[in-house]
Amino acid sequence: MSINLKVKLVTKQQLKPDIFKFGIKAEKMVDMAKPGQFLEIRVTDNIVPFLRRPISIYNVDKQNGIIEFIFQVKGEGTKILSNKNIGEEIEVLGPLGNGTFKVIENKRVAILGGGIGVFPLYELAKNLKNKSEVNIYLGFRNKDAVVLEQEFQALANKLTITTDDGSYSIQGFAINELKKDIEKEKIDYIYACGPLQMLKAIRDLSIQKNIPCQISLEERMACGVGVCLGCAVKKTEIVEGEFQYAHVCKDGPVFDAKYVNI
Amino acid sequence: MNTEVNFAGIKMKNPVTVASGTFGFGREYSELFDLNQLGAIITKGVSYEPKIGNKSPRVCETPAGMINAIGLENLGVDHFIEYDLPFLHKFDTAIIVNAFGGPGGTVEDYVKVCEVLNKLDIDAVELNLSCPNVCTGCMAFGTTYDGVKQVTSACRKVLTSKPLIVKLTPNVTDITIPAKAAEEAGADAISLINTFSAMVIDVETRRPILGNNTGGLSGPAIRPIAVRMVYQAAQSVNIPILGLGGIMTGNDAIEFMLAGATAISIGSGNFYSPDTSINVLNGIKEYLTKHNIEDINSIIGTVKMN
Ligand SMILES: Cc1cc2nc3c(=O)[nH]c(=O)nc-3n(C[C@H](O)[C@H](O)[C@H](O)COP(=O)(O)OP(=O)(O)OC[C@H]3O[C@@H](n4cnc5c(N)ncnc54)[C@H](O)[C@@H]3O)c2cc1C
Ligand SMILES: Cc1cc2nc3c(=O)[nH]c(=O)nc-3n(C[C@H](O)[C@H](O)[C@H](O)COP(=O)(O)O)c2cc1C
Repeated sequence: MSINLKVKLVTKQQLKPDIFKFGIKAEKMVDMAKPGQFLEIRVTDNIVPFLRRPISIYNVDKQNGIIEFIFQVKGEGTKILSNKNIGEEIEVLGPLGNGTFKVIENKRVAILGGGIGVFPLYELAKNLKNKSEVNIYLGFRNKDAVVLEQEFQALANKLTITTDDGSYSIQGFAINELKKDIEKEKIDYIYACGPLQMLKAIRDLSIQKNIPCQISLEERMACGVGVCLGCAVKKTEIVEGEFQYAHVCKDGPVFDAKYVNI
Repeated sequence: MNTEVNFAGIKMKNPVTVASGTFGFGREYSELFDLNQLGAIITKGVSYEPKIGNKSPRVCETPAGMINAIGLENLGVDHFIEYDLPFLHKFDTAIIVNAFGGPGGTVEDYVKVCEVLNKLDIDAVELNLSCPNVCTGCMAFGTTYDGVKQVTSACRKVLTSKPLIVKLTPNVTDITIPAKAAEEAGADAISLINTFSAMVIDVETRRPILGNNTGGLSGPAIRPIAVRMVYQAAQSVNIPILGLGGIMTGNDAIEFMLAGATAISIGSGNFYSPDTSINVLNGIKEYLTKHNIEDINSIIGTVKMN
């Protein structure tokens, strides 16, 4: 279930020069939302920019009826969004996506995030806390890019942070730290969101080690609900009577890693 | 106030329809608003056999619009009959099935799907002779007088019990030529316009953004051209016209009707907001009230040229 609502911006926080955290009052959406889902946000009442911007849900605050999302300013659309002030109305369609993160219980799980891909993993980690042993691996470009460390720390049994250049914490890619741990101890389930290269690597690793793995994908989209078939991603196997492509907005954005051929 | 129109024999409670490829088969948007309010639903293009779509990216935003190269991805007419048609029958709105000769794109492929559609409980068939995103068939037929005539005549022969709407491409110098070809071949109506062939290049990678390189331009950016083409077509044929291209508001829809359209469609506007079609309907009613117009039919084609 999803709904198109005009909602009020109730909290706004600038986490980095180019990264913003917004809270919207959306009582009707909070009970529908599942970890991994996203919103299609209209950034203007004009016809430029024409399409909505897909942004993942970061946190669902059921008690206060607030949904939070975090975004990086990339181009025109996110720039306009970042200039909204508290109290302003925004039209939001959501929560969207039928492919969501499965909350696994009584297992040892790993969450792998890279860069701005860490945002949708927070709501997942929140749901996993106290249900499974949660090991979180987050990779960033450098010290300046590290975000939400304390937030994830509060949810993790173990948090590992890496930076590509070693300017903070361990130098290297987060996936390599996860790899080391897989060699040492059993990991039952992996969740990942981040740059395509990272997702390809974790897909290969999970297949090789035979560990179930869910990945969250991005693709350019128009409708966000599954009617335009714009956000296509190739499936690994061709099944008669089914599309040979999956569609990120409707079938995803979270997929079983084996199912998609990225 | 009367908003009912008779479009090519289809009684519609209002002239507001949703365009092929922008509304799926109604399922997704039925969760977001009451589809019974629409004059008609025009389905995603269906072909006799399933057709795979193009590689990603398939969509790209442009100023006041977008380009798409979906590639007419669909699961075939049998799947439509089994899965989508029973769902559409739940609603009190006309069902217009958009069809094309896929995957081969030959005249025979067009005829085959029409033979099947002729037997179904649907209100009309809209033939897509105008998709710019597939290599063979479709737009290749739609850009010439002979091509439009050939496919329309062949489909007319087998579509004995359903109104036939021919959807025209704007990628022509003179829209009245394919419009007349459709009329002479026995079409009950024409719809225009489909998208303009277009391209966007990423200057960093020096490659087109779309996987298919080119795609079809839609949205408010194309509206003035669409209005001009509807006007020209209305001057040259006597069959009714379904007008579309960038409609976002009631006034946009009225523009098309003044130019000569009996009914209108919202396409990409659905992506801007799922509420667009209902906003258009309300806007039309406001216009009629404001101008003391009793019957919407009285404004069709009444533009006064300077
Ligand atoms: C399911 C999903 C969830 C996402 N979640 C987040 C999030 O939580 N936080 C965040 O910062 N970003 C997220 N993104 C990426 C975000 O949608 C883009 O950064 C944003 O659309 C860029 O818009 P723009 O106008 O600033 O950039 P422009 O480059 O000017 O945008 C032009 C067009 O390209 C599209 N586009 C550009 N980059 C992307 C991209 N990576 N994915 C899909 N479409 C794109 C835009 O939507 C727009 O239609 C997500 C993307 C998807 C598909
Ligand atoms: C994503 C997308 C898919 C489309 N698919 C079809 C299709 O399958 N068959 C068809 O005849 N037209 C198709 N069209 C064209 C639209 O029906 C319409 O003619 C065009 O978009 C212009 O209207 P608009 O500016 O309101 O979008 C498609 C358009 C879009 C944007």
